Amino acid sequence: MSQSCDISLRVNGETVRERVPVRLNLVDFLRNSLGLTGSHVGCEHGVCGACTMEVDGTMVRGCLMLAVQADGSDITTIEGFGEHQRAVDLQAAFKRNNALQCGFCTPGMMASALEYIEAGGVADRSAIREHLSGNYCRCTGYQSIVDAVVEVIGERAAK
Amino acid sequence: MKAADFAYEKPDNLNAALELLAREDCDMQVLAGGQSLMPMMNFRLAQPELLVDLNGVSELSFIEEQPETITIGAMTRYANLAASDVIKEHVPLFQMALPHIAHSAVRNRGTIGGSTALADPAAEMPALLLALEATITVVSVGGAREIPANDFFLGLYETALQDGEIIKSIAIKKAKPQNRFGFYELARRHGDYAMAGVAIASTSIDPVCDLRIALFSVSDKAHRLPHAELAFEGENLDDTEARDAAFQELDDFDFRGDLNADGDTKRHLARVVLTRALETMMP
Ligand SMILES: Cc1cc2nc3c(=O)[nH]c(=O)nc-3n(C[C@H](O)[C@H](O)[C@H](O)COP(=O)(O)OP(=O)(O)OC[C@H]3O[C@@H](n4cnc5c(N)ncnc54)[C@H](O)[C@@H]3O)c2cc1C
Ligand code: FES
Ligand code: FES
Repeated sequence: MSQSCDISLRVNGETVRERVPVRLNLVDFLRNSLGLTGSHVGCEHGVCGACTMEVDGTMVRGCLMLAVQADGSDITTIEGFGEHQRAVDLQAAFKRNNALQCGFCTPGMMASALEYIEAGGVADRSAIREHLSGNYCRCTGYQSIVDAVVEVIGERAAK
Repeated sequence: MKAADFAYEKPDNLNAALELLAREDCDMQVLAGGQSLMPMMNFRLAQPELLVDLNGVSELSFIEEQPETITIGAMTRYANLAASDVIKEHVPLFQMALPHIAHSAVRNRGTIGGSTALADPAAEMPALLLALEATITVVSVGGAREIPANDFFLGLYETALQDGEIIKSIAIKKAKPQNRFGFYELARRHGDYAMAGVAIASTSIDPVCDLRIALFSVSDKAHRLPHAELAFEGENLDDTEARDAAFQELDDFDFRGDLNADGDTKRHLARVVLTRALETMMP
């Protein structure tokens, strides 16, 4: 018999209470139990970055955390970044620059890009590439993603 | 794939964790950052019956400055180390190496204790601890033991940890102004495991005194190069005889290939990283 635990957490600003099997990972919980399918599941071993999301203010791999470990946490996924105005300019810049094609990597890519931008990262292409090195994109060739991040850093600095 | 089923405990203090670990009725593993264990569980390479989550044990997460040493709790994450002014000032070798350990999201969770306990041959941390001659404190219900890094890493994913023991903390001597450090690794993509790398510490370099060279990602575990270290003693870092002795030691070294490169390639890359790391240390 599978062990289950009650957890209570905040997801994109809303309080959520659920009973979860302990072996369920965080990204599967968000996708399958809460219907938040913005975070994607690629490799399930931390390599592709498609599941990257924010837990208590830091970006983490949703596939390498258990849902039960998120008890008491405050989580923001791509759905929340969009809704709460944190990534509106980044989303627009991705669109403008064709920084996404199939979109599979985009939620995780935006999470990592936001981490860089919000930490005060500078518009240095190689530093941006280094920061995004943990997120795979099989479509764009990365150039346009870096373009989008550079633009947003410039726009935010000009404000 | 998904992890096989397991039971889960999240103790909120060290004693409670050690009590759980003293149980002998099931196969258990402690969960630290999960950045190696969770992938292994998802791939079913690891199938513990009981997972003891250390993330609730706040007393294992600290960076403490004493007069001569810096002591780091096992659950301290790479990101905490990278952000710490104490580490910046007193453990410059960490500062050099941390950006090369995995990617930001992994560094936000991965811990110094997890990497040390895992003893992955490709990981940076064991080599850093060897070069710094760190001391690893392990604890169990029976008490604590202090193990020098040189005696801790025994082989491929093999350490001196015994059943029921966990790493509690790691102590490193503070760097003095005349100390010098070097670090170099070659990886296919930034943040990936290195194809070969080296960490170097020296009490002084003018002339060289007490040089410690630790190679990683070239064999079954991180290895010091005792002959090379001795050859440089009392010389300058650009001394050609000492460098030839170091290369001789590499010629005789038991390199082991992995998915990235065979043993001969590793031998070549070891020469490259050693040469480049020494160059960065020259006055
Ligand atoms: C995409 C990706 C890239 C990576 N790249 C690198 C890299 O370039 N270099 C590198 O070094 N690592 C890399 N890693 C691994 C990462 O550094 C891990 O964080 C680290 O190896 C293990 O630390 P952890 O805290 O996550 O431990 P966990 O995964 O939680 O545990 C690892 C093992 O150590 C045991 N353990 C944990 N803590 C203790 C303790 N205190 N006492 C005793 N046993 C303990 C666990 O039971 C388990 O067996 C990468 C990981 C990923 C996902
Ligand atoms: S699914 Fe989590 S990193 Fe690939
Ligand atoms: S847009 Fe398709 S993987 Fe990045």
